Amino acid sequence: MKKIFSRPESMSKKPFHYCPGCDHGVVHRLIAEVIDELEIKNRTIGVAPVGCSVFAYDYFDVDFNQAPHGRAPAVATGIKRVRPDSIVFTYQGDGDLAAIGTAEIIHAANRGENITAVFINNAIYGMTGGQMAPTSLIGMKTQTSPYGRDAATAGHPIHMSEMIATLESPVYVTRVTVNNPANLMKTKKALLNAFTLQKEGKGFSFVEVVSTCPTNWGKKPTDAHKWLTENMLPVFKLGTFKDTQGVEKS
Amino acid sequence: MSKWVINENLCKGCGICIARCPLKILAFADHLTPKGVHPAAMTDEAKCTSCAICARSCPDVAIEIYKEEK
Repeated sequence: MKKIFSRPESMSKKPFHYCPGCDHGVVHRLIAEVIDELEIKNRTIGVAPVGCSVFAYDYFDVDFNQAPHGRAPAVATGIKRVRPDSIVFTYQGDGDLAAIGTAEIIHAANRGENITAVFINNAIYGMTGGQMAPTSLIGMKTQTSPYGRDAATAGHPIHMSEMIATLESPVYVTRVTVNNPANLMKTKKALLNAFTLQKEGKGFSFVEVVSTCPTNWGKKPTDAHKWLTENMLPVFKLGTFKDTQGVEKS
Repeated sequence: MSKWVINENLCKGCGICIARCPLKILAFADHLTPKGVHPAAMTDEAKCTSCAICARSCPDVAIEIYKEEK
């Protein structure tokens, strides 16, 4: 019997604490596979955020650091500058990256730091119990918007990929999702592109993954993917917003 | 040896693999795991083509896939 699929080497054996059906696990696995494929396990350093994925350091078999809320890109900048040979990535949710950490991600991107930021956008605060995030959709009911998000008082969902793509320095900015097997493979390719660009020293890469939060959305895991496809994808359009090195064409 | 191997201690019974299996040969098992969930189970292994869509979709990386060598 030939092995077709098993846990990647860069992933630890510890079971995830994530809720059933949470997309964090899928994205963790894809990152671990990319680390394996690029053979960078020994020099990869991840930076975990605050949020559900705060324990990401337990799940990867690579060096990890954990940053204060939103500050992962700043911590990653420091690590990369002190150890330029390492491959540094941040793994952040929307409450971390798009709310409290907006300044850090924008300036790390603007400085063109040679790091990779993986942004998990599920339009809600997961760990704290389902409060409205800057990425929550208009009309979306959350703990802090029980009548639905109202644009008059809470503004519109923030589009991080589009914002970062307006800057000069980033080399690769893309938005992907894991709602079905085909998109899952595209997410893997996007992560591979991002890590390869960093390995080649090209500059800042940003991968936004539109994902689910079945628990706080109040949906079954399978229904959550359907809800994501129908409601989130029209607002957060998939695609590559910046690709200065032309990695997607080659 | 089996083509489809699940680590029931990792499975949380989310059902994503069952929904995505192109041949619809996965289903929830009748028994409970120590976590208290009905894990995914293979119902007809002879039909399985080892496409690994279930394993790649699993958020807890609980499934291993093998294929017979020709």
